[in-house]
Amino acid sequence: MLFGLAWNTAHGEAAFALSILPMLLIGLLVTIEASVVGFFVAMVFGLVLAVLKSAPLRIVSWPATFVTEFLRDTPLLVQLFFLYYVLPEYGIVLPAFLTGALALGLQYSAYTSEVYRAGIEAVPRGQHEAAKALDIPPRRTFTHIVLPQAVPRVVPALGNYLVSIMKDVPVLSVVTVLEMLNVAKIIGDQTFDYLVPLSMVGALYLILTLLASSLVRMLDVSLPKRGIPLR
Amino acid sequence: MTEPIILFDKVVKKFGEFVVLNELDFHVEPGEKVTIIGPSGSGKSTVLRMLMTLETISGGVIYVGGQPLWHEKKNGNLVPAGQAHLRKMRTQLGMVFQQFNLFPHMTVLRNLTEAPRVVLGLSQQEARERAEELLKLVGLTEHAGKFPGQLSGGQQQRVGIARALAMRPKIMLFDEPTSALDPELVGEVLNVIRRLAEEHDLTMLMVTHEMRFAREISDRVCFFDRGKIREQGTPEELFTAPKEERTREFLRAVLEDG
Repeated sequence: MLFGLAWNTAHGEAAFALSILPMLLIGLLVTIEASVVGFFVAMVFGLVLAVLKSAPLRIVSWPATFVTEFLRDTPLLVQLFFLYYVLPEYGIVLPAFLTGALALGLQYSAYTSEVYRAGIEAVPRGQHEAAKALDIPPRRTFTHIVLPQAVPRVVPALGNYLVSIMKDVPVLSVVTVLEMLNVAKIIGDQTFDYLVPLSMVGALYLILTLLASSLVRMLDVSLPKRGIPLR
Repeated sequence: MTEPIILFDKVVKKFGEFVVLNELDFHVEPGEKVTIIGPSGSGKSTVLRMLMTLETISGGVIYVGGQPLWHEKKNGNLVPAGQAHLRKMRTQLGMVFQQFNLFPHMTVLRNLTEAPRVVLGLSQQEARERAEELLKLVGLTEHAGKFPGQLSGGQQQRVGIARALAMRPKIMLFDEPTSALDPELVGEVLNVIRRLAEEHDLTMLMVTHEMRFAREISDRVCFFDRGKIREQGTPEELFTAPKEERTREFLRAVLEDG
């Protein structure tokens, strides 16, 4: 029994597979939710880091660079344990799901910030010069001329990280999040049949990431139509 | 003689050890149309870019409208200018770029209204009216809603001219405005510049390789060579009877080529 649903082990593998599918789908939903929340955090915090890193003041850009390096060069599992076990000692108690999604998002923000930064630097110098010649203030130039051109350029690269995040969600099982792999493992533990649930997890993952990839590709194709040259 | 609107006083520009401009003295009268010609690397574009404050100066003083561009007067001394001074000085100048440099994510109309609204504080309505007037001037009224990427190079450069004019500068700088265009699109851009020259009392300073056009619209043509003005004069003087051998050599090369 899991999620109030029972599995059918008495009528062969097909029946067993069918009976555990709803449980895995519940787990899949959690996986998707964690990916989306994590990706959202990575998109927003990554942009913040990128903006800080491109600041002209060392005192601003240096700490942002340090944070990026720290997030990127320490294992996800360490960051996850830290958020889950250490923060509560200081009175910050987050639900397991939120902790996991946050850890994913923070780790990936280090990567997305580099992507954003590449996008910002890829905006031609002529754009800065034109803005300066028109006397548009530097901050306005950044928010209204550079960023709107940088972000669409990096959407495909960001999208690839969405797929990566999805594949990292199983790490959250160590802090009790019932994502799809964790569900499959529990089913295996109790029925002594690991082959069927784990195979199904693999298949469901494949479908999920293929869908996500094609979504990203669709965005990639539709963006240039809105007047933004991608190359 | 009126006070020159642009005055270069022994201006030096170095990139590292490389001296681009060597104590350049140069001036432009209000309303004057001046064309700079010369081989590439002679510092022609640098003159414009320093005026637009895109390139710092290494020595000397540039005056625009009687005021030092890169310096401020402080206790009778000239000190390097702060951002506020540079911003104030910049509003007197407009620039048209070789590569157009339109904002590709904004419609043509938005390209023309952005700076007037943000910098000059015009209302949406005022900025729009000004933009529509300018689009009429450059003959692109029906393209207001398009993105730059949907226009031809010639059309983009006409938008570039309109965008610079929207700030109502006293001085227009044209940095090789037709060099990036297909030959058949050059004419439409030159026509717009010609009309500007004939119908407005703008001061115009242009770097170009279009010799025929330079001859047609300029009050004065300057031949730049290795960071110096080698020779200058009316188009008649310079094109029909150049005094310097170096000028003759250059003109022979470019005219044969074109």
